[in-house]
Amino acid sequence: MNALYARRRRRNGIMMTLSVAATLFGLGWLVLILGVLLWQGFSGLSLAVFTEMTPPPGADGGLLNPIVGSLILTVLAVLIGTPIGMLAGTYMAEYGRHSRLSSVVRFINDILLSAPSIVVGIFIYEVMVFPMGHFSGLAGAVALAVIVIPVVVRTTEDMLMLVPNQLREAASALGLPRAVVISKVCYRAAKAGMITGVLLAIARISGETAPLLFTALNNQFWALDGKAPVSSFFESLNAPMASLPVVIFQFALSPYKDWQKLAWTGALIITFTVLALSIAARALTASRKQS
Amino acid sequence: MNVASVAVPSVSHAPISTVGLTDKISIKSLNFYYGDAKALKNISMSLYQGKVTAYIGPSGCGKSTLLRVLNRMYDLYPHQRADGEVLFDGQDILSPKQDLNLLRARIGMVFQKPTPFPMSIYDNIAFGIRLYERLPKSELDDRVESSPKRAALWDEVKGKLNQSGLGLSGGQQQRLCIARTIAVRPEVILLDEPTSALDPVGRRTVRLLLEELRGRGVSVLLNSHLLSEIELVCDRVVILLGGEVVTAGTPAELASPRGVELETDRGTQLVAGARRDDVPRLVADAVRDGRSIYGVRVLTSTLEDTYLEAVGGETD
Repeated sequence: MNALYARRRRRNGIMMTLSVAATLFGLGWLVLILGVLLWQGFSGLSLAVFTEMTPPPGADGGLLNPIVGSLILTVLAVLIGTPIGMLAGTYMAEYGRHSRLSSVVRFINDILLSAPSIVVGIFIYEVMVFPMGHFSGLAGAVALAVIVIPVVVRTTEDMLMLVPNQLREAASALGLPRAVVISKVCYRAAKAGMITGVLLAIARISGETAPLLFTALNNQFWALDGKAPVSSFFESLNAPMASLPVVIFQFALSPYKDWQKLAWTGALIITFTVLALSIAARALTASRKQS
Repeated sequence: MNVASVAVPSVSHAPISTVGLTDKISIKSLNFYYGDAKALKNISMSLYQGKVTAYIGPSGCGKSTLLRVLNRMYDLYPHQRADGEVLFDGQDILSPKQDLNLLRARIGMVFQKPTPFPMSIYDNIAFGIRLYERLPKSELDDRVESSPKRAALWDEVKGKLNQSGLGLSGGQQQRLCIARTIAVRPEVILLDEPTSALDPVGRRTVRLLLEELRGRGVSVLLNSHLLSEIELVCDRVVILLGGEVVTAGTPAELASPRGVELETDRGTQLVAGARRDDVPRLVADAVRDGRSIYGVRVLTSTLEDTYLEAVGGETD
């Protein structure tokens, strides 16, 4: 065998070993985290977790109010943030693609995208919690929406930019008004990517703790009342609201063994929710590539 | 509608017979700019009712640009502008008051690359119809059936109208785009290299369709590199070079005979302008002169010759 070739092979072998080692090192932590989480969290998993309220120390209980609270906060945040983000992204990719405003918005959006979430929490504390005089679920949802918006703006714009111009031209050439071209053709072509963006935004906010500490805070009870579900729902929005990340934060730092156990279980629930969302996002992206 | 007379201004250098033709679109001193770059220079010409006109020219000569002016497609982009006058049934379509959606519904366009919409085959075809006409379901179904029939696509899609248009092959997609365009019954159809994605059978389909459209009085404007295709279907040919019209006329006018070449014992003689009918007379004359004849060739210049001559060997 040629000496040059042998050296190249040897070098290739070394580089490959180093890359694999680096990958294993990186992935190892993830496996450890998931392992501890499964080990600690799984043992606490029971039906009671999903049906009972957070207990006082020493008593039995579950995570029903933070789970429902997290669901309400997330859904509200997505309901507020997604339309705003999608419309802004649509403006940037479709109507104002070449405008100055778009580049300014894009720049600001990138800053917002990487802004520490605690800053968002303090901001909403200033503009909502302080004037209202109390913490509230609504303020928490708005804080999360502020985190959702830049993610959705970015993915919407990126996905619409990927729609080939020929498709827009072909639709326009049939005499379709701009709004119909965008809503019926471009959105359809970019649908999978845009939904992926929303899923990623949900994944991003479902573990956020810092902004909620400043806004929704926590609540050991809830205002939800089966007899008047609608009015009590709106009442509960105006009150502090429990959420999984904040409850985990509080319980994990507590000295009580049963609270710590519930914190592990809550962490497990969040992690697997995010995992499921990521897998759904991946599957959607894959289906987009196929079509 | 103004009837074009022989005196219609034209920059063509070839003889043009325009008697009895009706102007559908008349272009007068049209200039087009991409930013500062001038892509079309002082173009003046007419497109006639129920005629197929072809633009030919090397890449970058402004063929596609010209098509995109006629349905104001360039309006989608900043820094692109046109000046001059383009009269469509007597109305200036370059006017800022022109409603672009209505204009594009009347002047359809098929693009070089097939662009099916991400929806079912049925919806692809029905999309444009639904926009401007409220038809009962049965009538809409009929329209959705007749367009792909005319584009020779029906047999391939009739069982799967609910499937995505993206699942079709390239050639099928292109015929779907053609079907989609003719479904809205435009008065003028612009075809930007329509046959480049099609196999020979598909090209023949387009040819037959063009003849049918011509029969319906639709004006068709296409650009293509396939000169042989053009000779077969087009009523008029326009050669563009560097954004200017070099020459225009019917394919026959552009592919005029160059003469008859006689090879005799006294050398080769070219009788310019002579035709095939003149050959017996020329041969008889030569024999009377006492020349021995070794060969007779009728020289015809094809559209390709004319084209190559016009563009001066400037190929892409």
